[in-house]
Amino acid sequence: MAQRPTDNIGKYLHNFPGGLKLRHHKALSCCKPLPARYLPLSTEYCIPVSQHLGQPAEVVVSVGQQVKKGQALSTPGKTGNAPGAFVHAPTSGEITAIEKRPVPHPSGLNSLCIVLQPDGKDRWVELEPVDDYRKLDCDELIQRVQAAGIVGLGGAVFPTDIKLQGTSCLINTLILNGVECEPYISCDETLMKQAPGKIIEGALILCHVFKIEKVIIAIEDPMDVCNLELEQSISEFNAGDCVEVIRVPMLYPEGGERQLIQVLSGHEVPAGQLPISLGILVQNVATVAAIRDAVIDGIPLIERLVTVTGAGIREPQNVHARIGTPIADLVDFCGGYTAGIARLVMGGPLMGLGLRNDQLPIIKASNCVLALTHADITSTQPEMPCINCGNCVSVCPAGLLPQTLQTVIRAENFEALESLNLDACIECGCCDYVCPSHIPLVDYFRYGKGEQRAQAKEKQESDIARLRFERREQRLEKQQAERLARHQRRKRALAGSSSKKDSVAAAIARAKARKQVLAANQPDTNSETGKGENS
Amino acid sequence: MTAAVIILTLLALIFGLALGYAAIRFRIEGNPVADEIEAILPQTQCAQCGYPGCRPYAEAIAAEEAEINRCPPGGEAGIKQLAELLGKDIIPLDADVGIEKALPEVAIIHEDVCIGCTKCIQACPVDAILGAAKQMHTVIATECTGCELCIPPCPVDCIDMIPTKIDITNWHWGKPIPITTISEIADTRGEEVA
Ligand code: SF4
Ligand code: SF4
Ligand code: SF4
Repeated sequence: MAQRPTDNIGKYLHNFPGGLKLRHHKALSCCKPLPARYLPLSTEYCIPVSQHLGQPAEVVVSVGQQVKKGQALSTPGKTGNAPGAFVHAPTSGEITAIEKRPVPHPSGLNSLCIVLQPDGKDRWVELEPVDDYRKLDCDELIQRVQAAGIVGLGGAVFPTDIKLQGTSCLINTLILNGVECEPYISCDETLMKQAPGKIIEGALILCHVFKIEKVIIAIEDPMDVCNLELEQSISEFNAGDCVEVIRVPMLYPEGGERQLIQVLSGHEVPAGQLPISLGILVQNVATVAAIRDAVIDGIPLIERLVTVTGAGIREPQNVHARIGTPIADLVDFCGGYTAGIARLVMGGPLMGLGLRNDQLPIIKASNCVLALTHADITSTQPEMPCINCGNCVSVCPAGLLPQTLQTVIRAENFEALESLNLDACIECGCCDYVCPSHIPLVDYFRYGKGEQRAQAKEKQESDIARLRFERREQRLEKQQAERLARHQRRKRALAGSSSKKDSVAAAIARAKARKQVLAANQPDTNSETGKGENS
Repeated sequence: MTAAVIILTLLALIFGLALGYAAIRFRIEGNPVADEIEAILPQTQCAQCGYPGCRPYAEAIAAEEAEINRCPPGGEAGIKQLAELLGKDIIPLDADVGIEKALPEVAIIHEDVCIGCTKCIQACPVDAILGAAKQMHTVIATECTGCELCIPPCPVDCIDMIPTKIDITNWHWGKPIPITTISEIADTRGEEVA
């Protein structure tokens, strides 16, 4: 049998190009206390309807309605093929508003949110647990995952059901991504320590349904306690023959899907293709735990572990927060801000999103709330011209040429971006971090990607417009031709009848002529008699 | 000497025949330059360029009868692409034909005013208006190219152009504004300290 890319996966570790060694700052928040505490009920939850890419979802509740914990509030829109996901009520209570509110999004625009006022009883809807997951087939599992509103919890928030749908039976290896490579964030590590069983069980469900032969749980080198917990749990589930924990060296951004695959298998996922092309499925550990909850207990995704950390927070820790909780409540729970707070970020320090205030809700993508102090951030530096030092090229984990990309985007030469593979940029920020000229490279790349996408959409729309225009022209031409044909037929018909008239006229003329001839032949008699008669 | 002449003549003949054959055998149907130009034009079909649609304008450019700066919806970016394709200089948009809109627009029919005369349907180049005689009409927003051709025929002036809304589904990052001057830096620092 031919060698598959996954045959030797995990046997030796490989390298990906570039990457940065960063101070990880995880001890600040990790595992104080373990297990992580649950946030008390907030006074109001604001649940954004679109927490993912694509079309906004369809709201299925109305203002004033009483909902129970776990009840679906919106369904993925029916329109189009864009991915969408269900969102659910984080607790029981009343829907007080469905309106546009500020959400954590780089645009700073408001987006449709469902506002829920808890009644304090926290009553669940009727849950539908599965007693034996071995009876589930592929479609049932995907349907359950969809109904539970599960999305990738590593940060990409791509709907998991859609990722699984493309998977079917083509994969033989599942990689559980526990490599939380961005500094400060420790929610996955906390999860692996406090509930390793959930992760293993979730992995076994996926293994069973998709006939996966091998599971690799990838964790970072310093997470040694995790290793023990996971091993113990693996032996509890008797899964030692197919599940393996592998420690990978600490290097940012090793937690990127493609980078992790490259480290474990030595193979690069071809540009423009998905890991499936190598027979690999990568899932974040928290996503797999959520799949387990959805399948075994029937619980939808209504809460997640969030790391609240940074020197700007008094008691950094991980907390279980419901989706829709205001960030301010998390901060209060963790003792509030310290005096030097300068910046609030959702996500990590490299890829995170700066927030304007703390009244925004926690969404499914919020893995971390990071409060930085003045000491942590370098003040903004002026942007200098690129000196072609090549630092950015040597750290880019995707093997791109950031300085070339940057020049091309600055010149707005978006057509050239395709050949430079901008799509492969994972926006990790490594190039930005090392650039001695302080060029905001990632900002340029995001702009370039946005323009590329907008232009592709415009192209698509103009193609449709051209088609419609051509069809209309054809139709008009056809109608014109038909009209002409009709006219001609009628004219011919008219011409036909007029020739009849002519023949009639001719006949009359002929008759007249004959008469005249006759009259000429006997002029005298006729005229005389006539005259005589007349007189 | 004669040998050289004969050889050269023969060679010229052979190549001439080969080229002549190739010209017939590999002939391209249609007008490939016009096709490429048309691919760049935005297909708004608004006729602002003075031609009855994007295709006729493309053909006119290909025949060098028209300048490349007569398409307001295509705007600066379109002119740039055309200039690149045709190896011409980038020139500013001809002010006589119109101005480039900041945001794409779509038509909307005020349905309570519409009298159902069907005049706009006949004007729309892409069949984006739905309606029937004495019935209320409406614009299919996703198909509308924003050409404004339906506005003048409307006897009760009930058609308006509205800019497309930006929300989080179609928003994208803008071009970074580089911080270069000392006062700008001071500004940002001031903000951070505050
Ligand atoms: S942000 Fe993009 S270009 Fe820059 S290092 Fe990361 S992957 Fe490479
Ligand atoms: S690191 Fe900055 S200065 Fe150096 S080559 Fe890259 S973009 Fe240019
Ligand atoms: S609806 Fe009006 S503006 Fe829109 S494409 Fe048709 S004619 Fe042009």
